[in-house]
Amino acid sequence: MIKLTQLTKKYGSFTAVAGIDLEVPKGELFGFLGPNGAGKTTSLRMIAGILQPTSGRVEIGGIDVAVDPVSAKMKLGFIPDRPFIYEKLTGAEFLRFVAGLFDQEGERVEHRARELLALFDLEEWRDELVESYSHGMRQKLIISSAFVHRPEVIVVDEPMIGLDPKAARILKDLFREYTHRGHTIMMSTHTLEVAETLCDRIAIIQAGKIRACGTMEELRKHATAGQTGLEEIFLKLTGENAARELVDVLDA
Amino acid sequence: MTEAAQPLMRHTVEMTAPPDPSLLHLLWPKYLTARARSLSGERGRGARFAILGFFGFLFWSFIFGVLYRLLLYFRGVAEIGPLLAGKLLGLILIGFFSILLLSNVITALSSFFLAKDLDLLVSGPVDWLKLYGAKLLETIVNSSWMVALMAVPMFTAYGVVYDGGWWFPLIALGVFLPLLIIPGVIGSVATLVLVNVFPARRTRDILSVIAVLAAGGIVLLFRIVRPERLARPEGFRSLVDFVAVLRTPTSPMLPSEWASEAIMSWLQFRLDYLPFYLLWSTAAVAVVGGALMHRWLYVKGFSKAQESGERWARSGAMHRMSMTLLRPLGILKRELVLKEVRLFFRDSTQWSQLILLAVLIVVYVFNIKYLPLRGEGITFFLVNVVPFLNLVLAGFVLASIAARFIFPGVSLEGRTLWLLRSSPMSMGDLLWAKFWVGTLPLLILAVGIVGVTNYMLTVTAFMFAVSVFSIVMMTFAVAGLAIGFGTLFPQFETENAAQIPTSFGGLLFMMSAIVVIAGVVILEARPVYSYLSARSYGGQPDPVEMILGFGLALLLCVTATIVPIRIALRRLENLER
Repeated sequence: MIKLTQLTKKYGSFTAVAGIDLEVPKGELFGFLGPNGAGKTTSLRMIAGILQPTSGRVEIGGIDVAVDPVSAKMKLGFIPDRPFIYEKLTGAEFLRFVAGLFDQEGERVEHRARELLALFDLEEWRDELVESYSHGMRQKLIISSAFVHRPEVIVVDEPMIGLDPKAARILKDLFREYTHRGHTIMMSTHTLEVAETLCDRIAIIQAGKIRACGTMEELRKHATAGQTGLEEIFLKLTGENAARELVDVLDA
Repeated sequence: MTEAAQPLMRHTVEMTAPPDPSLLHLLWPKYLTARARSLSGERGRGARFAILGFFGFLFWSFIFGVLYRLLLYFRGVAEIGPLLAGKLLGLILIGFFSILLLSNVITALSSFFLAKDLDLLVSGPVDWLKLYGAKLLETIVNSSWMVALMAVPMFTAYGVVYDGGWWFPLIALGVFLPLLIIPGVIGSVATLVLVNVFPARRTRDILSVIAVLAAGGIVLLFRIVRPERLARPEGFRSLVDFVAVLRTPTSPMLPSEWASEAIMSWLQFRLDYLPFYLLWSTAAVAVVGGALMHRWLYVKGFSKAQESGERWARSGAMHRMSMTLLRPLGILKRELVLKEVRLFFRDSTQWSQLILLAVLIVVYVFNIKYLPLRGEGITFFLVNVVPFLNLVLAGFVLASIAARFIFPGVSLEGRTLWLLRSSPMSMGDLLWAKFWVGTLPLLILAVGIVGVTNYMLTVTAFMFAVSVFSIVMMTFAVAGLAIGFGTLFPQFETENAAQIPTSFGGLLFMMSAIVVIAGVVILEARPVYSYLSARSYGGQPDPVEMILGFGLALLLCVTATIVPIRIALRRLENLER
C-alpha cells in the first residue's frame, strides 16, 4: 500500500533521509522509530506529499505521489506532530471542511463527524471555535479529521503527544480496528511501548537510514539482544552512549 | 533507580543568592534575533536590502524635499513665517503622537501578555521591575520605529532651513525620545487595565476595533477640519484672526505641543527650557507611574490573559443560504470559499480593517465633492479629464485594499499548509479561492466608487464607460499582482495579519500595482484626449488610436493578472513547509 524506493531528501549538503527502501502492505500497522533528528518526520512528510524528495519515489496504492499527487492523496489521511489548524472555525466546521477537500459531504459526513467527536469526548465542543481548545483537544480533532473521509492509508507523526490516557487508549483501539478492516497505518512514535504493543512491523531509522526493519522477533535477532524489550533493542541499534554522556555532563 | 541516575543523586546543590538577571540580559535574545536575521544567508537578502534602502532613501528625499520647499517659503514670510512653520510642526507632531498612542496600545497587548517568551520570563526568577522595563522597551521600539524613520527627514528639513547647527540632532533626539516614551507608557497602562477587565483574546478584539475606529475618526476629523484653509488666508475675516489662530497652541497640555515649542525655540535662538523640562519630567513620571501600576496589576492580568474567551459560532440560516448559493461551485471550492469568509469575519484584526476602508472611501468621495468643477472657466474638457485622472486615485485605493485583504492570503495559510498540501486539492484550487474571494468584493467596491464619483462629476456616457471598463481591468490586474507577490514573498511566521502588507513583498506589490495603474492611464490618455478634442472642437476621434490605446491597456491588465498567478502557482506547488 505504501512503497518507498530509494527515497532521499537533502537540504544543501545535509542529508536528512538517505535512500530508504520500504514496503508497507495493506492491513498493516507499521511503526517508524528513531532518535530525534533521525529523519522520521521528513520521511512521513514526503509520503504525505508535503515535501518533495530530492530523489526516489513514493507510491500510495500503486500511484506515484510525484506523478499523480491528487489521486495518491485521495487515498491518504495525514496527522502531523504539531496540531496547527484554523482557529476561527468550530470543530464541526473543520471536519466538514476536511471532508470537503476529499470531495465528500452530506449526511454521511455529518454522521461520521458526530461519531468521531463523540468518540474523543469533543461532542459538546463541536460548535466552539478551535481557538478555545486545549492542545490535546486539537490533537484529537486532527485525528478525527484524518478518519472522517475514511482513507485507505493513514500516515501519522507522533500520534500520542498531548493525549490523555483515555484518548490514547481509544486511539490505539481505533488504529488496531482500522487495520483489521484492511486499511494501512504508518506511524512514527517515541513511545516504545506503543510501538511494541501495536505495530505489526517496526523500522528503526537513524541518521536518515534504516538500521533494522521487521517484527519484534526479527529485530531481536538483528540486535542479538535475546529476550529483551524494544527499548534495549532500540538503544543497542542506535547507540547507548547518551546515558553515559549525560552523567559526564552533570559531573562537569 | 537506574544505575545512570544514581550518580546524579550523590550531588548536592549548594545554596546561593537568588539569581537576578539584568535588564540587558532580558533584552539580549532580541538583539541576537535581530542580528541572526540580518546575517542570515537567505538567498536574495542582500538585493532585498539594497532595494529597500533605495526606496527608503527616495521616500526620505521626497519628504525632505517637500518640507524643505515649504519651510523655505515660510522663512521668507515676515512675522508670521515662523508661526506657520511652528504650526506645521505642531500638526505633524500631534499626528505622530496620535499614531504612537494607538500603535502602543495594540503592541503592548502582545508584548506584555501574548508574546511567546512570556511563559519563560514570568516563570523564571526575573525581577518585576526589570520585566516591566524590558517589555516597555520592546513595546516602544516595535511600535515607534516607523514613526521615528518618518521623523528623520522632517527634523532634517527644519534643521537645514533654520540653521539648527551641529547640536540640532541632539536637541531633536532630546525632544523626540520623551515623545516616544510617553505614549508607550500610556499604551501599556491602558492595556494593563483592559486585560484585567476582559480576557486577553477579547481585549485584542476590542482594541483592534477601537484602534481602527479611532484611526478612522482621526482621518475623518482631519479632513473635515480642512487644514488647507490655513494655506488660504483670504478665508479669514482679517489678518489678526489669522495670526491669532496661528499663535494659539492646539492644546497646551499635549506633549506634542511642548515638543514643537522646544524645537522652534532652539531654531529661533530663543531657547526655552520649560518645554524640555515638561517633556522629560512627564516621561519620568509616566514611567514610574506605569511601573507602579504594573506591580499592582500585572500578575493578575497575566493570569487572566491565559484564559480564552468563550465563543460560540452556530451555523444556522446563514450557513444554509451560503451552501445553496455556492452549490454550483462544487464541494471543494465551496468549502474553500466558506472557510475564507468565516475566517475573515471571525477575526477582528481582519474585519475591523473594513472600518478603515469605509473611512477611506468617505474621505475619497468627500474630496471629489469639494473639487471646484463648477462655474466660469471650467471647460467641458476639464470636467471630463478629471474623472480620467480620478482613475489613478481609485486605482491607488484599490491597491491599498488589495494589499490589506488579498496580499496576505497565502501567508495566512502558513501553519495550515500541511493540511492543504496533504489533501487531494490542487494548489490551483487554493489560489482560485483566494483570488475570487478577494476580487469579487473589490470589483463591486471599485465599480461603486467610480460610478458614484462619475455621477457626482456628471461626466459623459463615453467617459463613464471608459472609467468603468478601466477600473474593472485594473481590479483584476491588482488582485492578480496581490496573489502573485503574496505567494512569492510569504510571511508565514507572523502572528498579526495586519503586519503582512508592510513587508518587503508588500512594498514590491504596491510599486508594481502603481506601475500597472499608471501604465493603463498613460495608454488610454491618447484615445481619451482624441475623443475629448473631437467633442470639444469638432471632428471625429481616430478609431485606430482608440483601438490601439484601449487594446494595449487591456493587454497590460490581462498580463498583469495571469502572469503573477501562474508564477505563484508554480511557487506554491514547489513550496515546502
